[in-house]
Order: sequence, then structure tokens, then C-alpha cells
Amino acid sequence: MSRGTAIELCYLVAAIAFILALKGLSSPRRARAGNLVGAAGMLLAIGATFAQPGLAHLALIIVAMVIGAAIAVPSARMVKMTAMPQMVAAFNGVGGGAAALVSITELMRTDAQLTATYKLLEVLFGVVVGSMSFSGSALAFAKLQELMPGRPITYKRQQQINAVVAAGAAVLAIRILITPSTALVWVLLVVSLVLGVILVLPIGGADVPVLISLLNSFTGLAVAASGFVLENNLLIVAGTLVGASGIFLTRMMSRAMGRSLPNILFSAFGSVVTATGEGGSADRVVRTATAKDIGILMAYSRRVVIIPGYGLAVAQAQHVVHELADLLAARGVEVFYAIHPVAGRMPGHMNVLLAEAHVPYGELRDMDEANAKMGTADVALVVGANDTVNPAAHSSPGSPIYGMPIINADEAAHVVFLKRSMRPGFAGIDNELLYDEKTVLLFGDAKDTLLELVGAVSES
Amino acid sequence: MTTGVLEYLTVFALAIFVGIEVVSKVPSILHTPLMSGSNAIHGVILVGSMLVLGAAHTGTEEVLGFAAVVLATLNVVGGFTVTDRMLEMFRPRQQGGAPGERGPARPADGPPAGSGQ
Repeated sequence: MSRGTAIELCYLVAAIAFILALKGLSSPRRARAGNLVGAAGMLLAIGATFAQPGLAHLALIIVAMVIGAAIAVPSARMVKMTAMPQMVAAFNGVGGGAAALVSITELMRTDAQLTATYKLLEVLFGVVVGSMSFSGSALAFAKLQELMPGRPITYKRQQQINAVVAAGAAVLAIRILITPSTALVWVLLVVSLVLGVILVLPIGGADVPVLISLLNSFTGLAVAASGFVLENNLLIVAGTLVGASGIFLTRMMSRAMGRSLPNILFSAFGSVVTATGEGGSADRVVRTATAKDIGILMAYSRRVVIIPGYGLAVAQAQHVVHELADLLAARGVEVFYAIHPVAGRMPGHMNVLLAEAHVPYGELRDMDEANAKMGTADVALVVGANDTVNPAAHSSPGSPIYGMPIINADEAAHVVFLKRSMRPGFAGIDNELLYDEKTVLLFGDAKDTLLELVGAVSES
Repeated sequence: MTTGVLEYLTVFALAIFVGIEVVSKVPSILHTPLMSGSNAIHGVILVGSMLVLGAAHTGTEEVLGFAAVVLATLNVVGGFTVTDRMLEMFRPRQQGGAPGERGPARPADGPPAGSGQ
């Protein structure tokens, strides 16, 4: 077997390892082993690449890798689970940037004038999508890290301006295909960076999980494009796997929000709210209760459903909520968690946060499962969530969240809201459930109120 | 267009279906590790970056290739590390299981985790 064949064989094994890594994620039991298989595949692929005949600049490659690893390891080790979405956005963005650089560098090496049109097309795709993913992820990172306001940012004639920039990029790309020029590809790269920024600017708040998933898919596609440019099957397979799975996940997320992907990307949902702000419901009456009352109510229930939202994560209250659940379970109360698909800042984020607090995954129920049991629950405890339990999604066709699948907390015998204030949720819509006569509220930071409840339950 | 491109397109088309097929079986509780895991996998662009830097013959190409390798390494190393950290936390219900098997492990790793938060 020649060296070239051996290397190709290693790449094939790596591609299989990547598929197995994704497949392992179909069950929490096998997921970790799967990820290690994926990492081993990656090591094999990197090792095989070092064996490529004629690979120059070995020292430079190793220095670059050491720099990358020296930055990545500490940041990946230390990041808090609540900050995971921005970390994933950051790692995703650098991948997209690398893909764009690979495509454009390969073009410079081979001379644009002599490059076949289809190859040029592959390069352009890699450059455009990779750069958009890079700048878009950087902006998403800044939003999630609160380096800038997380809400949608709008300006006059936003859609028209964005359309003009996109059209400009398209014209530029066609021009390059007709008369190839590396300089113009650089211009296109810059325009694509701008495109990534203006794509992400109007997306904020609860739509960010969908956005992150979409950007992940972008990088995958950019990597696949680089694979076409370099004629490397491993890059094509791995990039396409991620691209396709990312688009699938993105669609699933937008369905969970009851909206179409274009609506999420272009409607600047929630931006009007920031203008009108709070209030609007000041004259309506809500019932508050003491922690003691609620503690007794829960302690003598048969079934309690905990519905966590991002407020729980912000207050770092996932450990206390687990303590409360254990305390109730010890008294014979059946407790489970109802997780809305878009709870948190990225798809499935809430599950990770609860897992961090050692909540066994067997107690986590997805929306459909939870709703099936909601009618028999004595108490629905809503912690730092709002829109995901708002019955307006079922009952008022005029509401912006109408049609969004929700957790039917209103079907439980009693509803308890732990809320910081009466401020509406991200969508800025008043929640009828707050005024329902079977609802009681306990105001305060999620962690503090949960601690009070823990005290109340252990005393009752 | 040569037959070579057609072969790559074949691989591309098949990979789309494999990607969707595999991911559609992932339960929603693992969606975050899925995103982070697939994020690590597209870090395979490191292979492309190495090839490009390894073939560079002008200063500009070296600089660009070098930057690509740094960025791609960040992606790979960060992606796999973060995913592993997350998956480590997913554990099955321990009280309900066979007492001999998982039961004793609980008190051993429970307290330090509780006090560590």
C-alpha cells in the first residue's frame, strides 16, 4: 500500500469515527464514549496529515497548533455551563474563519486566472459562508456575553439595506466567476463579513438558540466547500454531516417556537417591546403567597412539575432546585422537570444546566411528555420562565407567540411562579396565567426564593 | 467538469442523508452536546489548514495558513473539551438502579459536588 493510500484510509476511518460520535449522542449512556471516538478520529486524521508527502513548514504548523491549544484548553475548561452558548459560538466562528482562509489561500496558491469555474465557485462559497459564520458568531458571542445589548438591533430601512448588501455580494461573485481576480475575492470576503454582522444584528433574545444552530451549520458547509477546493473527502464528509445536521436542528428549533426560519431571521422579533418597555399591566391584580404557604402546598402534593426557564440559569439556581426536588421526593412526592425545547440560550441548554446540578436525566421530560402528565399534576412550579408557559399561544390568535408550542402549566391544579418582577418575558407579552385564580406568585431572585421554599418544605 | 468532481458530489450527497439520519435520533436533552460535538467535528478544517500552510510558498500564504491553523486548532481542541465536560455531567438516575451496581457510587461523589457549587 502506498503512503497516499494509507493516508486516505486513515481519513476514511476518521470520517466513520465522526459519524459514530454523532450516533453516540442518541443516548446519554453512550454519548461520552462517542465523543471520545470522534476525538480519536480527529487525532488520526491530524497524524495522517503530518505524513502527507511534501508537507512543508512543519515547525510553523506545530507552533500554530500549540498556540491554538494553549488558548482553547483553559477557556474550554473554565467556562461556566451558563456561558456555554457563547463558548460554542466562539469555537464555531473560528472554524468558519479557518474555512474561509483555507479556501482563499488555496486560490492564491493555484492562481485565480488558471482556476476552472466550478473550482472558483467552490472557493467563493467557502469564503462567503465561512466569513459570514465568523463575523456572525463573533457578534452572537458579543450579544451573549453582554458586551453589547442582547436585544434585536434595528435601524431604518434595515431589510432594504441588507438586501442591497446581499445583492452587492452576489454581483461581485458573478463578476469574479467571469473574470477571476484574487483581489476581488478579498473584497468579497470583507463584504461577507459585513453580511454576517447585519444578519445577526436584528436577531436577539429567545431567537438566539436558533441562530447559533444555524451558524454552526454555516461553518459545516464552509468546511465542506473547502473540502471540494482541496479535493479532500474527509473535509467534505465531516463538513456536510455538520451542515446537514445543523440545518435539521435549526428547523426543529424554529418549529418549537412555532415560527418559520425566515420569520426568525428577518422579523427582528421582540424589538418593539424594548421601545414600549414594562408596565401596561399595572392595574391588574395578581395573588402573591409566602414561601411557607407554597412549601406546604408542595409538600402535601402527589405530583409536582418544575418548569425551569433561563431565569433559573441566570440566578445560578439549578443546584437549589435540585435540592428542593430531592426534598420533595424524599417525602414521597413525584417530581419531574418539564423542559421546553428553547429554554435557555441554545438548543437543549436547560438540560445541560440541570445535569450540571446532578439532576438525573431520567427526571427530565421533554415538552410532549410533560404535557401528557400535566393534567394530573398538583403543582406546576415555574422558575424564571414566562413565554414558554403563556396560554396566549393557544388562545389568542392576535398574540405574537400564537401557535408556539408551550408547556401547559395551566392544566395543573395549582401554578406557582417564582419571578423577579412583573416584567413580561422576552416576547414582551403579558401572561394571562399570572392573573389566573389558581396561580400564586413569589417575587424575588430565583435562588433566594428557592432557598426559602427548601426551608419551608423541610419544616412542614 | 471532470468525473473527479462528480465523485466528490456523490460523497457530499450521501453525507447529507447520513447527517440528517443520525441527528434525527438525538433526544432533545442532548441537543446542546450535539451542537458542541458537531462543532468539534467541523474542526476537521484543521486538516485543510495544515495542508494549505504546508504547501504555502509566499509570505502571505504562510501568514494566512498560519492563522488558519491557529483558528482551526482552537475549534478542534475547544470543541472536544467542552463537549466532554458536558457529557460527563449526564448521569442516569442512581437511587432507582440496582443497589449493588450504582448505589454506593452516589455518596462517594455526591458531597464534593454539592459543596463545590
